[in-house]
Amino acid sequence: SREDTATKHPLTHINSTTHSYQPAVTGFEFKVQNLEAKMSETVKVMSTFGSIYGHRPEVALRLKGIPYELLLEDLPNNKSELLLTHNPVHKLVPVLLHGDKSICESLIIVEYIDEAFEGPRLLPADPYERATARFWAQFIDQKFARPFWMSICMADGDKEEEENFLKEAKKNLLLLEGQLKGNRFFGGNSIGLVDIAASGLARWLGAFEEISGVNLLTDEQFPALCRWAKEYAGDERAKECLPNMDELVAKITAVKKKFLAMAEVQK
Amino acid sequence: SVPASPKQRKDRIMAGEKKGLVLLDFWVSPFAQRCRIALAEKGLACESLEQELLGDKSDLLLGSNPVHKKVPVLLHDGRAVCESLVILEYIEDAFPGAAPRLLPADPHARAQARFWADYVDKRVYSCGTRLWKLKGEGRAAARAEMLETLRTLDAELGDRAFFGGEAFGFVDVALIPLTSWFYSYEKHGGFSVEEECPGLAEWARRCGERESVAKVLTPPEEVHDFICLLKKHYGVE
Repeated sequence: SREDTATKHPLTHINSTTHSYQPAVTGFEFKVQNLEAKMSETVKVMSTFGSIYGHRPEVALRLKGIPYELLLEDLPNNKSELLLTHNPVHKLVPVLLHGDKSICESLIIVEYIDEAFEGPRLLPADPYERATARFWAQFIDQKFARPFWMSICMADGDKEEEENFLKEAKKNLLLLEGQLKGNRFFGGNSIGLVDIAASGLARWLGAFEEISGVNLLTDEQFPALCRWAKEYAGDERAKECLPNMDELVAKITAVKKKFLAMAEVQK
Repeated sequence: SVPASPKQRKDRIMAGEKKGLVLLDFWVSPFAQRCRIALAEKGLACESLEQELLGDKSDLLLGSNPVHKKVPVLLHDGRAVCESLVILEYIEDAFPGAAPRLLPADPHARAQARFWADYVDKRVYSCGTRLWKLKGEGRAAARAEMLETLRTLDAELGDRAFFGGEAFGFVDVALIPLTSWFYSYEKHGGFSVEEECPGLAEWARRCGERESVAKVLTPPEEVHDFICLLKKHYGVE
């Protein structure tokens, strides 16, 4: 209850059960942290298991080589006092905590990480290229948002509605396919903002396809995107914070069962 | 698709070769107005090309924004930048010497500004559209959502002169053109921004004193007439 958590120190986090992709805070990271403890501020990411959007700040921090603590919320069951304090407007994960500052909205967090920390660029230096990157990141967030994931979760390939959805989805995937232009990543030779924005397609899409039996991202239609998905999921830093496929499939299956059960009750 | 006419080809070539700034515009678009206000604030000359949106869209628009086919589009030396907030950030990045800066230097403050501009983008216009398009329960829900949004913005503004603090900034530019639509939202929703959020109403008046804003914003009655036109167009009573 809110009263219980209110008496705790604000930085006490709710520790949920361990998950296979919690970052191993290595001895090296601890040493670095102790050395720089006075100079640097602690970085924490509030997220939940299997969160597409929560992955983004994690991969961004890993690309920059910034150690962080992962605070896992037990969503959608409980929203901790810490979450409600730091994201009162949307009450959603992810939230980045940097010292006493909090930053919300995953792509805004990624841009913040790019600006606040040294390390390889996540956005290009050139203004026009930056605008292009922001445009495509936004495109992904518009076209591959909750309605897309819901539709593919519930799809079984039968109805006309689903055919229209698939047609629209393929059109949008084709636009992204066109943006790779023979490069390994949308960012060129290295992972950038658009790759991070598209990361849902590199792991989550496969899980949803497995559950629904729909095969959207085919090699024949989207060879560049398929190659990209393998590159992204194979990257050392991304790998460390992508959810395990089997665990992800299990979680989505459970959520789907819940939805179907609720729909039955409502009939 | 139909091949381009000589005039259309010429327009496309002219815009493609044109040095400087061209904005693909629409007179009442609050999103295009964001760009015009930012450019005016910074004293950056830009040619406005009014687009036909309710009829056939121009080749130039379709070629410059093939993904969304919408205004605004900023052409800079012939290269297209789309999506109004992306355009605002582009203007900041591409003209670093052009004062005033709309985004602060501090990364956290920048993130805050981006958060609130994003909030405005997600919450105001689409909700407002539901307010005039829907009736009964749909309209009531939109009304409740709009009031919550305006109150949240009002609370965020607090005692400050602008969302940017002491200076007119990114969030102010993002929100101010939408205030022209408040009058129509008020009429459709049966509420008063002045009563619900006096701070926000005062902020809108304060922004309206700026030359860039005064010259660009559409008078609220004209926005309301436009919405009534749209209602006929969509067959909404």
